[in-house]
Amino acid sequence: MTSKALEDVKVAGLVQGITGPLTATMLAAYGAQVLRIESRTRIEWHRQAGPFIGNVSMPDRSAAYLFVNPGSYDFTINLKHPRAMEVWTRIVKWADVIVENFAGGVMDRMGMGYEDLKKIKPDIILLSAAIFGQTGPFANVPGYGGTLTAISGMAQITGFPDQLPQFPVFAITDFIAPRINVLAIVSALEYRRKTGKGQYLDAAQIESAIPLLTPVILEYEANGTEAQRMGNRCSYAAPHGVYRCQGENKYCTIAVFSDDEWQKFCEVTGHTEWNNSDEFNTLIARLKNVDQLDKLVEQWTMEHTAEEIQDILQAAGIAAGSVKSGQDLDSDPQLRHRNFYWTLDHPDIGDFTYTGMPARMSETPYEINRAPMLGEHTEHVCTEFLGMSDEEFVELMADGVFE
Amino acid sequence: MGTEKNEETMLGSYRVLDLSDDKGFYCGQLLGSLGADVIKVEIPGGDLTRNIGPFLHDVPDMDKSLYWMGYNTNKRGITLDIETSDGKKIFEKLVSSADVVIDTFEPGYLKKIGFDYDSLVQINPKIVLTSITHFGQSGPYSGLKASDLVCWGMSGMLFVTGDPDRYPVRVSHIPLTYLLASMDGALATAIALHWRATSAKGQHIDVSVQDSANKTAWMIHERWAVTGEEFPRGSSFYSVPNSDVKLRLVWPAKDGHIFYMIYTGAFGAAEDGRLVKWLDEEGMADDYLKGIAWSTLEWRKQTSEEANRIHDYFARFFATKTKSELLEEALKRRIMLQPVSSARDLVEHPHLTARDYWQDVAYPQLDMTLRYPVRFCLNSETPCKNWRSAPFIGEHNSEIYGDELGYSTSEIISLKEAGII
Repeated sequence: MTSKALEDVKVAGLVQGITGPLTATMLAAYGAQVLRIESRTRIEWHRQAGPFIGNVSMPDRSAAYLFVNPGSYDFTINLKHPRAMEVWTRIVKWADVIVENFAGGVMDRMGMGYEDLKKIKPDIILLSAAIFGQTGPFANVPGYGGTLTAISGMAQITGFPDQLPQFPVFAITDFIAPRINVLAIVSALEYRRKTGKGQYLDAAQIESAIPLLTPVILEYEANGTEAQRMGNRCSYAAPHGVYRCQGENKYCTIAVFSDDEWQKFCEVTGHTEWNNSDEFNTLIARLKNVDQLDKLVEQWTMEHTAEEIQDILQAAGIAAGSVKSGQDLDSDPQLRHRNFYWTLDHPDIGDFTYTGMPARMSETPYEINRAPMLGEHTEHVCTEFLGMSDEEFVELMADGVFE
Repeated sequence: MGTEKNEETMLGSYRVLDLSDDKGFYCGQLLGSLGADVIKVEIPGGDLTRNIGPFLHDVPDMDKSLYWMGYNTNKRGITLDIETSDGKKIFEKLVSSADVVIDTFEPGYLKKIGFDYDSLVQINPKIVLTSITHFGQSGPYSGLKASDLVCWGMSGMLFVTGDPDRYPVRVSHIPLTYLLASMDGALATAIALHWRATSAKGQHIDVSVQDSANKTAWMIHERWAVTGEEFPRGSSFYSVPNSDVKLRLVWPAKDGHIFYMIYTGAFGAAEDGRLVKWLDEEGMADDYLKGIAWSTLEWRKQTSEEANRIHDYFARFFATKTKSELLEEALKRRIMLQPVSSARDLVEHPHLTARDYWQDVAYPQLDMTLRYPVRFCLNSETPCKNWRSAPFIGEHNSEIYGDELGYSTSEIISLKEAGII
């Protein structure tokens, strides 16, 4: 039996949307026990977001929810119930890590802030993933992934120079923060192992996004230059871009870096005359005449499918690929080889496909388990994890605590 | 420096050998921010990604690449040719003192020179090898050539980014797919170290840039798998499902752009009312706009003409003001509008300044400081920050080869003369 890297780690998530759940379920993929805390009194919006499996609009059938919540234990509780804090206290005692992504300050107002948690469990690790963090003048300003993609500077540098700023996958920061959160949490566990101390991780999403743009910041600070959108071009390679291919909405990418690659490119495209012309025979010349070059390259790519372009150029040792659609990804041989997609049975909806983890580990392979149904594990969690007697559980349930 | 910060940092007891190019250099920087002793091992003459701009003061010099300096703080730097006999000997010594090796070589290269994972384990049974490559260590694409742009294309991200009637487009200036893979490498490395603490075993981590980008663009495959339809390209607006209506995300202001999306119904009606009141106060709302019943308005039941007509009021209004004028008033009026920040907007952002987010990192050799983001997470007990500047080429050769590995000055000179370091 293989072991799980994080099998000794217990995580409780008061999370919603993408950032919080993805943080928790990435930990679950590597073996952590993850408790997903929800409520029937206020259904999480991602369970209402869709698209819905079989077009049936029910909380357990929202693909947006299913995708970001694989492998967690689902637990419902009405935190406004007078007896909810009894249960919450036991969860905190059980957990090593609490993850939450309410707006800044909300946990404190609910009496569930770090200082409150520390009284229950002194070495608890709490990670809060608010857009702007817990302190500072904008701490209470609401927002979501799209807003943050704007504020973080990412949209400003995405697109063609004559195009509006673009929002990659609408809210790319939603996929940056969870990775940073997992790194911070596991590193905090390491610190706790050495020192016995827990801590509070104020993982402001804006602060985990900006370091990706450090060269853009440095260029402004040192040179006074503000980076602008530059499309798919590259200042040290040509051709370098996206080109139309045979078929509707079909494109390929091509990136030619060295002299050697350029010569081979001319050979395999059957256009050795390009390399003999003063307009294209040096990098400087190609950059200068890049509009003309791109047109000629596209005349060639339009004669082929994107897959053919990839095969022809890769055989010549040139970086190139097809621009993959959803359907292309589904049959992508490399993703298949790495078992990146996990199709798992779900009691209500049947098969649903989740994505795997980009980092594969040789000794402790990750594992994706299906997403839970609302409140599916409430009883199991109470009796198995929190050590409640059956009588106690039934009494609390009858009292309406687990709504 | 490695020892003195052990107690106060998260990863201060670990040493990382970073052999990566731009596919992985953010990975080492992240681990270094948490206190790990990261040694950047470059080829003699310096890592070739030091040739990528922008450059400090636009001077193209391998020690002045802001691209390189941006992602390589928190590392000491040495130069070493690990293909030579002496270089191999030195590398073995370093591996025996290290906990983690990060590499971004083509699959098979480390095996060819005798340093694949199985060989490293012979030197140090607890070593964690974190390999970041375009497509992973094995499989039909593992030998393909790629770049950031090619990986964008192979992940689905490119397919949906841009306008429907124009070419797909990527993020400029930064190698985003590589940065995503570097984060995946860093988190898996921390997880491997966690497991090692109880198992006393290292392991090999195999990160694929294609997977990292695909994990980010998950909705492209999901949309097709769930609905049988492709996710439409369009990343400056939101396409309302089952309708022609496109909701704008980006609006021109006087001096740039802002982000705002017009939500209606229970979620948006109150805010819509506040925004219309603001337009009205400035004389830019008429009876039609003021008469809209936002709480019952459903975009999917509108025609695109009707939706555009409503959008046009706001477009005209936003264009009369600067980003900061709009933000200041929007905050007062509780309207979820934010600027599309430029670099300048970020460094001048009052919230980030109030949180002490910027750190002036000293470069004594250049007689200057450069302002960096200080951290990726604010931790109550253990700082996450730039502990040291990005190294110059071979800056720590004598410190590491001499002081730590015990080579004499004349031996170090010989190694330099022979092109080994």
